[in-house]
Amino acid sequence: MIAEIDEPIVRFENVGLRYGLGPEVLRDVSFALHPGSFHFLIGESGAGKSSLLKLIYLALRPTRGAISLFGRDIAATPRDALPPMRRKVGVVFQEFKLLNHLSAFDNVALPMRVARAKRKEVEKHVTELLAWVGLKDHMKARPPTLSGGQQQRVAIARAVISRPSLLLADEPTGNVDDQMGYRLIHLFEELNRLGTTVIIATHSQQLVERLGYAQLKLADGDLSVIPGRVQPEGLSPVADRVDGAAKGAQETKISAPDSAEQPAAEEDRFRDAPGVENYL
Amino acid sequence: MILASRSDLPLDRDEHSRFLPWLIAFMVFLSILAVAGMLMLYATASRWDAGVRGTFTVQVVPTEDAAADEARLNEVLTVLATAPEIARYDALDESRLMRLLEPWLGAGAERGDLPLPRLIDVELKQGTDLTAANLGQRLSGRVKGVTIDDHRVWLDRLVRMIETFEALALVVLLFIVLATVGTVVFTTRTGLAIHREAIEVLHLIGAHDNYIARQFARRALGLGVLGGLLGLGLALPTLWMLAYLAASLDERLLPDIGFGLWHWGLLVALPVSVALIAMTTAKVTVLRNLARML
Repeated sequence: MIAEIDEPIVRFENVGLRYGLGPEVLRDVSFALHPGSFHFLIGESGAGKSSLLKLIYLALRPTRGAISLFGRDIAATPRDALPPMRRKVGVVFQEFKLLNHLSAFDNVALPMRVARAKRKEVEKHVTELLAWVGLKDHMKARPPTLSGGQQQRVAIARAVISRPSLLLADEPTGNVDDQMGYRLIHLFEELNRLGTTVIIATHSQQLVERLGYAQLKLADGDLSVIPGRVQPEGLSPVADRVDGAAKGAQETKISAPDSAEQPAAEEDRFRDAPGVENYL
Repeated sequence: MILASRSDLPLDRDEHSRFLPWLIAFMVFLSILAVAGMLMLYATASRWDAGVRGTFTVQVVPTEDAAADEARLNEVLTVLATAPEIARYDALDESRLMRLLEPWLGAGAERGDLPLPRLIDVELKQGTDLTAANLGQRLSGRVKGVTIDDHRVWLDRLVRMIETFEALALVVLLFIVLATVGTVVFTTRTGLAIHREAIEVLHLIGAHDNYIARQFARRALGLGVLGGLLGLGLALPTLWMLAYLAASLDERLLPDIGFGLWHWGLLVALPVSVALIAMTTAKVTVLRNLARML
């Protein structure tokens, strides 16, 4: 489901942000992201990456300038209309922000419940997605009892469960080893291939160079856009990509259960990102 | 609402709201006592009112001459006997009069020691509009020194007193409501602070304010109902005890409560109202708080 290329999914115009009376964290930031695009958001820590993401997922309002999301000017949007927009944005928070008193299942189910999905739907989709990320045997576990990598997968499952049009991830590879990091990035690529616009904030220059997607670079509050050498596949016609995903689907169905503790099997699952179509 | 009692926030594990049911129980207890007292006063007043309405006390003021007084009394009684509006009349005899005065004069007082008026209880037929003034006119033509008391002054005072108590009870109720609202606001705010991070997540995931507020409202309703039942459980035995005391005491002092179904219904409605107040307060508090978020 690829929207019109011309209509940006996120548009910033001369956006400035300051906290209280402090200096401007972001200065005259302007850019537009098109549906299906894949961007890295880079910059030193403290450059304003998280602030920029917060502006996009509507946790902050800009001090000046205009932001539009899905073609709607945020400043002109009544407060009541914001929740449905937030539901179209999936966020993988840097510190996961899982609810510790809820099971993995309930954490992932939250976005669907908030959107008043039917109980059976919730049951079906959450079970499928958790199985797909290798947490089939941990559905009832509470986040504190899970490992960092498992928590991260719960957080990602929660971000993608309601098939967001826009996926934001704040340092998703920050807390995990390189191998896991690439696995996760691969998952995001798979989602992007299906039409989700992706923005990943990272400080890993290695990751950015290896994948070669376009970059939004923040330095001292100024943003510059560096075009990528790779076109995200989400922007191109999807037809030629279908085979890969379909092939992988069978493999996971065999390997998914009981393999959560085996890194090799886990990697396969992420590499092929099979079954994405099944739950999405 | 649809999702029964499932909650995304662990509100039922909050330590700080544990005291709420007890506080609400206390409030419900007080409100039931206040309202029961009000109903009792009201019942008493109407009983007294009904007791003296349509009755007069005719007083034949005494003079030096006892024989003449007796003649005047008979004259009055003849007038009363011929009045078509009067259902019954009864001249109090001397011994009864002395008994009434006994508390002041002592048991040994003699009739002759002091001039006593003669009193006649008069009971009107229902639906007549004979006033004390009318009857006075009729009597004054034939007998001198007769006064008629329709108890208006005494009744008016009684009514004023009862109205004061009712106003007091209403003030007590108002305070109870304010205290309940204040406590629930405080408890809810604490809950909001404790669960700030979880609420933020729900908010960012796209939960409407109502979705979050409903969880707090449901919790407050639960605690309110529990508190209401506790309060009712405390108040009912107290009322029964009062009723028992009233029945065993001089019944003219404290009439037995004699509540009808309507009264009990009103008393049971109190805990229900307090629980609903708690729920609404929690909901409004959360909504107002969330409105500050983007």
